[in-house]
Parts: sequence; C-alpha cells; structure tokens
Amino acid sequence: MSAPRCAVLLCADGPLVVRGPVTVEDEQGAVHTSERSVVALCRCGLSAQRPWCDGTHKRAGASGG
Amino acid sequence: MRCPTARGRLSSAVREALLADRPLDADPDHRLDPGPTADDEGDRQLALWMLFELHHRGFEDVPDDAEWRPDLLALRRDLERDLEARWRELAAPLLAEHAAQATGDLATDFFALCEADTGPSVAEFVRRRATTEQLHAVLRQRSVYHGKEQDAAMWAVPRLDDEPTAHLLAVAYDEYGNGSPDQVHSRLWAGGLRAAGVDDAYGAHVGEAVPEVLEQNNLMAMLGLQRRLLPASLGHLAAFEVTSALPSQQWVRGLERLRAPEELTGYFREHVLADSVHEQVAVRQLLGSYLGGAPDRRDDVFWGGAVCLLAEGRAGAAVLRAVGADEHEVAA
Repeated sequence: MSAPRCAVLLCADGPLVVRGPVTVEDEQGAVHTSERSVVALCRCGLSAQRPWCDGTHKRAGASGG
Repeated sequence: MRCPTARGRLSSAVREALLADRPLDADPDHRLDPGPTADDEGDRQLALWMLFELHHRGFEDVPDDAEWRPDLLALRRDLERDLEARWRELAAPLLAEHAAQATGDLATDFFALCEADTGPSVAEFVRRRATTEQLHAVLRQRSVYHGKEQDAAMWAVPRLDDEPTAHLLAVAYDEYGNGSPDQVHSRLWAGGLRAAGVDDAYGAHVGEAVPEVLEQNNLMAMLGLQRRLLPASLGHLAAFEVTSALPSQQWVRGLERLRAPEELTGYFREHVLADSVHEQVAVRQLLGSYLGGAPDRRDDVFWGGAVCLLAEGRAGAAVLRAVGADEHEVAA
C-alpha cells in the first residue's frame, strides 16, 4: 500500500493549505511544528505568526495571503 | 441546565408547558401579536431558544421526550416561519448589493460578501477600550454561543454527500479538539471563563442574554435543524469562519491589554490560527464541493452567509449597548 499523497491547496489571495500534522523549516532554519489536521501557511509574508497564516492578508488587501 | 426564567407571556407559556409536562397554553395569536417592544422581542426569542434547546441538551427539570411533543413542535414551526421570513427580508439589500458586484467565482464572491460592514465590532471595542467589567459582560453574552460552538452545523453531516462531509468534518475535527477532550473549543472557552472568574456552567448566562444574541443563536439552530435550509447552514458556517481570525487577533490584543488570564487569551489565540485554516477549507472545499453537486443552491448558501454577518452585526451592536460602550462606539 502506498503512502497517501500530499495534497496542497494554493488559495488565490490566500495561504497554502496542506494536510497536517506538519513540520516546517523556515528561511532561518527554525523548525515549527503543528499537530492540526489541516494547516495554512502564510504566502504574503504579513502574518505575525509565520510560517502559519493568521488571516492578515485580508486586512492588507495583499495578494498571496 | 434548568429551564430559564420566563421574560413574558410566550416564554412563560412555554416554560409552564415544559415544567408541568402539560399541553401548551399559548395564545393562538401569539405570532400575530409579537408586540413592538424590546421586552416582547426578548420574550419571543427566549421562547424559541427554549424550544431549540430541547434538541440540544434539554433541561434537567424537563422530561427528555418534550423534544418531540407536537404542541411544542407546532409552536416552534410558527416561530421559525416568522424568523425565516424576517431574515429573508433583512438580508435582501445586502445580497442585492453583493449580486451586483459578483464575479461568478465562488471563493472571490464569498470572501467579498464577508467584507460587508454590518455593524460595530465587539472585538475592536475589546481591543481598544473595554474595562474588565465590560469584558466580563461581553463574555457572558458570548457564552450563549460558545457553549455550543459548531453544534448546530453538525446536523448537516448525515445530509451531505461524501466530499462536503469530509471537508465539514476537517473543520469540525479542530473545533472538537482533534480527538482530545481537553482541546474541544467549548471546553477551552469554559476554562477561559473560569480563569476570568465568570460562571462557566452550560447556559449560565442565557437569562441575561439580549434578544439579539438569543436570535443569533436561534438562527443557527434553525438553519441546522431544518434539512431544507442545509445550504444556508453551510453558508452560515463558512461566513462565521471567514470573519473570525481578524477579530480574534483584536481580542488577543485587548485581553493582553487588560492582563486577562492566559486561558482566556489562549482561546482567542487558538482561533486566529485555526480559523485562518477553517475559512479556506470551508469556502473553497466545503462550499465548493457542495455547490459542485447542487449549483442551484448558491443563493441559499449566500443567504446563510448574509444571515451570519447581519446577525453578528445586530448582536454586536446590542451587546455594546448592553455593556455601556459609549454611543460613538455603537454608531461607528
């Protein structure tokens, strides 16, 4: 039996949504983990809780939250 | 919880019928004479709230089989008809305005609808100037909802096809703690209240809930219970998720300003991240897959979204008035 395929949802003007739990290594090499069953990763760079999306893309009217 | 104290003629008739386990003795014209005052509105909304509660957890002083008493179901049906008609009307201007700008893309249009300004923000009030006493009053009003969280939306599960069911439950799994009872959101909420010194018992503050808060909760129960309104229930849930993360950020800042206990602040901190995920799943995957199979229900989905936004706007304004936020804030 093969492992379930990793599915990624790129949200227009929004985050990248992926099935969890996940471990994310950021640009500085710091490792972040989440036990959620689904996580949203910031794509706009405006989140105060990167690498996770905190919804701020909407306030900024930015593209790629 | 015990059956709440009545606020007027109708809620008194319902309470008596429930406690004495005898047929309802309500004026058959109850619907036609709702009365113009806020007290009458509170009476009517509380009566309906009590009828809906029979389908949730019921009351410890009322027999469980009251849930299916024909006289009570008949009254509920009458009150629901009025409620639905009123909210079809209330939502019409917002939906008309929205339709004029719609692009046809579901996610774009649904997120745009949720940008609508429907009233003053309680979260902003908490962030900027609520006192601890006002905060506690807001928490007591909010507890009518947070004791249940997504319960009413869960009635959708047996009614949906496989794909939307999976997406709905992906959101719900988080709300209900990812399998850990300690992480169930209603339990996190109760822990936050307790830490803040506010009674966390289920239904503890229904007695002081303003009519608009009861109505907001009644709407969720109505959309959830009636299979006919399934698409509106999904739209309501999605709009709720879309309008949660940013206000939760404001709550966190307000609670930090007030040095509220971490259990309470943590509840809102959790919602910033959780609902940033939920809104994407709810709009793109849940609504997307549901409408993929039922494209003719799009208007109903958007109506449910509009109901969520407008009911929150009205409840928010009423809560701010009730806690004595200054007029400027309420009018903003």
